[in-house]
Amino acid sequence: MRILEGQGVTKYFGGLAAVSNVDFHIDQGEIVGMIGPNGAGKTTLFNLISGALPLSSGEIRFKGQKLNGLKPHQICKVGIARTFQETKIFGNMPVFQNVLVGAFFGSPNRVPGEDAAREVSQALEFVGLAAMSATPVKDLTLVNQKRVEVARALATKPELLLLDELMAGLNPTEISEAMEMVTKLRDKGITIFMVEHVMKAIMGICERIMALHHGEKIAEGTSQEIACNKTVIDVYLGEEAHAGG
Amino acid sequence: MSGLPQIIVSGILTGGIYGLLAMGLSLQYGVARVLNIAHGEFVMLGALLTYTLYTGWGINPLVVAAIIGPLLFGLGFLLQITLFRGLKARAPVPAAFEGNALLAAFGVLYIISYIGLIRWGGVPRTAYYLNYVVEFAGMSFRLNRIVAFAVSIAIGVAIYLFLTRSRLGRAIRATAEDPATAGLMGVNTNILLALCFGLGALLAGIAGSLTAMMTAVASGIGFGNTVIALIVVVLGGLGSVPGSFIAGIIIGIVASLVASLWQPILVVPVYYGILLVLLLARPTGLLGKK
Amino acid sequence: MDITRFISTHRKLLLVGLPLLIILVFLTTIPLYGGVYWIRLLTVILMYVVLAASWAMFSGSTGYMSLAPAAFFGTGMYTMALLQDYLPFPVIIVVGGLVSFILALLVGLITLRLRGMYFAIFTFGLVVFMSEVTSYAEGVILKSRGQHIIPIDNATIFYAMLIITVVTLLAIYFIRRSRLGLSMLSIGGNEDAAEHMGIDTTRTKVLTFAISAIFMGAAGVITAPRLIYINADIAFSLTYSFMPILMSIFGGMGQFYGPIVGAIVFGYLEKTLRAQFSTYFMLGFGIIMVMVILFLPNGIAGLVSMLQDKIAKLRKGDEAEQHANT
Repeated sequence: MRILEGQGVTKYFGGLAAVSNVDFHIDQGEIVGMIGPNGAGKTTLFNLISGALPLSSGEIRFKGQKLNGLKPHQICKVGIARTFQETKIFGNMPVFQNVLVGAFFGSPNRVPGEDAAREVSQALEFVGLAAMSATPVKDLTLVNQKRVEVARALATKPELLLLDELMAGLNPTEISEAMEMVTKLRDKGITIFMVEHVMKAIMGICERIMALHHGEKIAEGTSQEIACNKTVIDVYLGEEAHAGG
Repeated sequence: MSGLPQIIVSGILTGGIYGLLAMGLSLQYGVARVLNIAHGEFVMLGALLTYTLYTGWGINPLVVAAIIGPLLFGLGFLLQITLFRGLKARAPVPAAFEGNALLAAFGVLYIISYIGLIRWGGVPRTAYYLNYVVEFAGMSFRLNRIVAFAVSIAIGVAIYLFLTRSRLGRAIRATAEDPATAGLMGVNTNILLALCFGLGALLAGIAGSLTAMMTAVASGIGFGNTVIALIVVVLGGLGSVPGSFIAGIIIGIVASLVASLWQPILVVPVYYGILLVLLLARPTGLLGKK
Repeated sequence: MDITRFISTHRKLLLVGLPLLIILVFLTTIPLYGGVYWIRLLTVILMYVVLAASWAMFSGSTGYMSLAPAAFFGTGMYTMALLQDYLPFPVIIVVGGLVSFILALLVGLITLRLRGMYFAIFTFGLVVFMSEVTSYAEGVILKSRGQHIIPIDNATIFYAMLIITVVTLLAIYFIRRSRLGLSMLSIGGNEDAAEHMGIDTTRTKVLTFAISAIFMGAAGVITAPRLIYINADIAFSLTYSFMPILMSIFGGMGQFYGPIVGAIVFGYLEKTLRAQFSTYFMLGFGIIMVMVILFLPNGIAGLVSMLQDKIAKLRKGDEAEQHANT
């Protein structure tokens, strides 16, 4: 079943098209990756899906329902959750409360306090932070802060999870752990759509990958196909040459 | 009741000083990110110091302006490099800094306005200069208003050229756009911000001097001037010199129309009403390039 | 139930609740033996407690700095002035709160969809705008400059303010612990994230803003008869916005008791020093404001928290040492 679908998705900032006529689809249970150089429009696309930005034109549908015009809090309740590139945790609260926010407000129905608390414990257990539930989040390491973000998103009981550069800034061990966690999330029944720069992660766990460049989709396919795709290689080699290899 | 052309030109003349006021605030908020609600107090200082030096020592107000400018520049410079820089260093996020800076500026407002009250009392003072009436094209204006307008425009042109043509001006504009990168490129942002703040204070002081030679001034005039500066900045766009003057002239004309065709007592409420409407309609005017 | 068991299980509640109860009883009986000076002083302090606590309830948790308290407070004062001949005092208090609520709802709906500095300046403009418009309308419609308020005896005013203070603090206490409180805190933590976790940020902000205005309006209604004469300048004085802000910052907005402590300290100072030193007092007020914002941004409560953290860390260090040595 197609859980997320986009047709002709376009977003203009002034005269510049950050996302240009992108078609995409995600099937339930998939782990789909999105790659592209910086400024390709990946986070903008996420922002369009999550409702943080309005579309200039085109349509996005979630389980057949049009998302156009919905606000982020409504989209969350519909079943889409996300993490952010610049870890947007609630710095003024401890870990438990951060995740509690997701548990309380992420569902369309009113969640009783006990159920919410249980959700939080389960989510913290899943990401491995059960021991730190009272720690203020600002005292955590980056990888743990990212774990909090995932737990918080998990607590909203999403069907689709958008992960924006989850692995950025992590060391190789942490990346492997994160990859495992993402796979476990999918095994729990959550569809994953992830933006990544860390190739090992994308190639390792994504069944399908789409590549963006200057706001346009330039390629789509399995990790094998993408790895051999001439356009993608050109774009990235070009990037690397720019950055000094 | 004067004819329409008289009313409009009168508004234009007033608008010159409004443009000056707006430019000062624009520099302070646009570059240093301090919404200096005490801006008008520097106008008050300029005005009352001009009164004292002119009536007490007989120094020509235009000359006084040249003295007061640097004096208030120094005051503004010090204020930024001590108070606001200190706040910036202690603020966890830019939003917190702006909020704290606004509150601190309110504190400065109280300090300066009550120093003014202590030194000069609340009574309005007059120090008219060049108060002769000049007539042309069927309209009559006092010479000092025309001179004030001319001086304001001249200063505006000078600032515009400074910001667009000089190296320092470019550095200022770069810092306003992206302070982090500017810093990386070798701009001493601390000095630069203090410079801009000082410049804003200087412009306010000169506006005060010019005001003193035309109308009665008192220790309480600061607040009203700040509000005018705010309105003009929101209308004309933050950081735009031509915008400040065009908006200033528009507001000046509006004020003139309200005073002549309606009632002078309504000018202030209309100002505040315009501010509220502008904030709702054009918030980007104040927030700049967000 | 066994008394000793009751005490041990509810230890924390008793530790905080019992002293508060004693203070409350003490305050309730003050008019019986305190002089006029003390009754009036305490009334002023309670007024500031209400203003500071309700300001902090919205601005402290969401991070949106509101300069509007004076607008709602002044609204309350004028509500009293206009209705004093027609309705009993307690009813006017409720009406004043309601009018302020509606006003705040309207203001919030049009301004709270946007963020930051913009909101602060708008609320500031609102106060001065209302002051000017009220002044003008007074002159034109009522043909007067200012309003005379029928005096009410000090004890009644004191009790009214005391009741409103208790109501305000209870309301704030329970809201803080409710879902509304959590959503406000989330907005203050990171508004984007809060919205993405399912919080309707606009509704939360507007509702909280409007609720905080109720108490400010009620306090205004009660203060009018204490002042006997009001005009637009007095009612909508920006000091009624700045004092609560300064008090909350000084006391510290991170804790419930912060604004209360700040209100007591500065309320006392204002009442006792202002009369004697008027102009110099305001000058001093400005200096203190700058000092507090510069050096005490987290207030007294912040210092207390820091101390508590340090003590906790020292204790942990001791424990770790002990473990290492065994």
